[in-house]
Amino acid sequence: MSVLQQQTTGAWVRQQRKAPRRRKTILTASLSLLVFALLAVNIVLGSYTVTIPDFLAMLGGKTIPGASFIVMENKFPQAVLGLLVGASFGVAGAIFQSMLRNPLASPDIIGISYGASATAVAAVVIFGVRGAGVSVAAIVGALAVAMLITALARGRGGSGLILIGIGAAAFMQSAVTFLLSRADINNAQEIMVWLTGSLNSATWERVAILAVALLLVLPFAAAGSRELHGLALGDDTASGLGFNVPRARLLLTIVGVLLAAFPTAAAGPIAFVAFLSGPIAKRLNGGAASMPLSALVGAAIVLAANFVGVNAIPGVSLPVGVVTGALGAPFLLWLLISSNRANQGG
Amino acid sequence: MRSTSAVARESSTPVLAVVPSLAAAGVRGGNIRLSNRRRLLWLTVLLAALILVSLLSLAVGARSINLPTVADALLNFDPSNGDHAVVRSRIVRTVAGLLVGLSLGLAGTSMQGVARNPLADPGILGVNAGASLAVVAGIFLFGATSVSNYLWFAFLGSAIAAVVVYAVASLGRSGATPVKLALAGAAMAAGMGSLMSAMLVSSQDSLELFRRWQVGALAGKSWDAIVAVLPFVVVGALVLLGTGKLLNTLALGDDMARGLGQRPGMGRAISALGIVLLCGSATALAGPIAFIGLVVPHLLRGLVGPDYRWLLPLSLIAAPAILLLADVIGRVILLPGEVPAGILAAMLGAPVFIAVVRRGKQAEL
Repeated sequence: MSVLQQQTTGAWVRQQRKAPRRRKTILTASLSLLVFALLAVNIVLGSYTVTIPDFLAMLGGKTIPGASFIVMENKFPQAVLGLLVGASFGVAGAIFQSMLRNPLASPDIIGISYGASATAVAAVVIFGVRGAGVSVAAIVGALAVAMLITALARGRGGSGLILIGIGAAAFMQSAVTFLLSRADINNAQEIMVWLTGSLNSATWERVAILAVALLLVLPFAAAGSRELHGLALGDDTASGLGFNVPRARLLLTIVGVLLAAFPTAAAGPIAFVAFLSGPIAKRLNGGAASMPLSALVGAAIVLAANFVGVNAIPGVSLPVGVVTGALGAPFLLWLLISSNRANQGG
Repeated sequence: MRSTSAVARESSTPVLAVVPSLAAAGVRGGNIRLSNRRRLLWLTVLLAALILVSLLSLAVGARSINLPTVADALLNFDPSNGDHAVVRSRIVRTVAGLLVGLSLGLAGTSMQGVARNPLADPGILGVNAGASLAVVAGIFLFGATSVSNYLWFAFLGSAIAAVVVYAVASLGRSGATPVKLALAGAAMAAGMGSLMSAMLVSSQDSLELFRRWQVGALAGKSWDAIVAVLPFVVVGALVLLGTGKLLNTLALGDDMARGLGQRPGMGRAISALGIVLLCGSATALAGPIAFIGLVVPHLLRGLVGPDYRWLLPLSLIAAPAILLLADVIGRVILLPGEVPAGILAAMLGAPVFIAVVRRGKQAEL
């Protein structure tokens, strides 16, 4: 009898183990489908609608006067940039949230995105830098701020880091405000659009640079995913499981910062994408964090927000960051309330 | 039997926790006369500092004027004298600094008492962001141009932001902890910022007006603007100055305050009214200025202890002194240009904020 019981228990355990995996496969497939659909919607529909056969013909190299330029040089790169930016922010958010074990510890809240903004704006306003130099400045700024915050918050726990990040963000925001007030008004307008986060300036060149950068960094993220799951259990447990905690933390911090800085350099600090993707993916996945799912959710958020921003008000094209910010803030407040109930997250 | 003793032990814990704090209060009570002398000393020092900084604010700038001439200009003004005219123009700026400084200092101190939270500040908690968004909406949607127009928008915006942030943070079991308040404030600021940029990226004129206002500058204010906010500052300040005893009892916890005959909910509502009046006035007049409200109470606690009956009036003196000092430094640090007081306040205040976080025990956060 006990043998029988053991067998049924074993079968039950196997069953239970299989269920989440199947769920994850279905989820990944359906999210990919959603992202693909949103990509197509962004390219084909909206202010200038083309039929799908026309689009496929253009992809094949055929030139349609008027349509070719708008779709191939404007809407198509915009959509692809949105996809890459969203995915990158999503992974960056998931890394920080899992590593610091707090859904609120995403790079856009703990000041890393603000670091990128501040140095980029300083480069433009003070040194008159243009083009690729601005991206370099943003990446350097993000890394510097991340290092500063982690150093200041050493031994203060996750909430200490978040608070110090908020303080640092306020500091850098005032620097941005000051620089903005001294810039030439046309520059200021341009900076304002970039600070809000916008896909409008997308070109194939920019897409290619971001794609190459992500291809270089994402393998490290994939390699670190085991360590990330270890760290998500807490530092003590992780080192008990045989992980080299300081090394894993360093690697994941650098990867996370770069994944937040690259898209910021390409499209500006689009508010709340990094913050929203992780928790949404986690909830969909039944409570388990996952980098690929966060990437898909991030991409879906940016593409959907871009479509809404471009087409919500006829004649006015809102930057994508306005939409994510306006929708993300209530979500953060709601998350604060609901995590209060579960007595975590602060 | 065992279970009864466990219950007894459990029920006795709060009493035991209270006794040492009462004992500590008793010990402090023995020193009251001594520390009152110390407090009066600091009161005098701060008053002297405020007067000195005000005079400096009249004297220092792109064209520096020596103190005797400043005194001369104040006592017997001569319209034909160029120096006197400069001093006269700086009087407006100095008065604006005094009003804004005392509003922010008093509001910050009161916020820390009401929220029982060392990190409360109109900037960190998103109250300034609420006022900013409302002012931008006023400029962009309703064509507001003067401070007396901004004022009502600023009141409305800061009131909504304060209520939302505090409500969100205090829902749930552990109440409004510093992390939750700061995060709710950051969320508020980010969301408001997005809505603001939606308006600003599409209108260059609004951006031009807004970016000059947003830096928190004291320069270029008119007497009309000051007169428009003055009544609200006076009412707000009087309301908050009367809440010292209330904040002292709130510091012991709501139950204790109730036991001592206070009504915490009512007290918080009255304080919130005063805070919104002061924050709204300051923001309408000078733009969002962060960290003054955070730094001043911490500084004063170090000097005179945690008694809000002293902290509130002293912040009324210390905060304008610090803001004016920041303004004076900002005038000379980047000649021929100027760094607005709000920017300098943030540059000096953010490190203090980080230091407060680092010093605080993790359990308190």
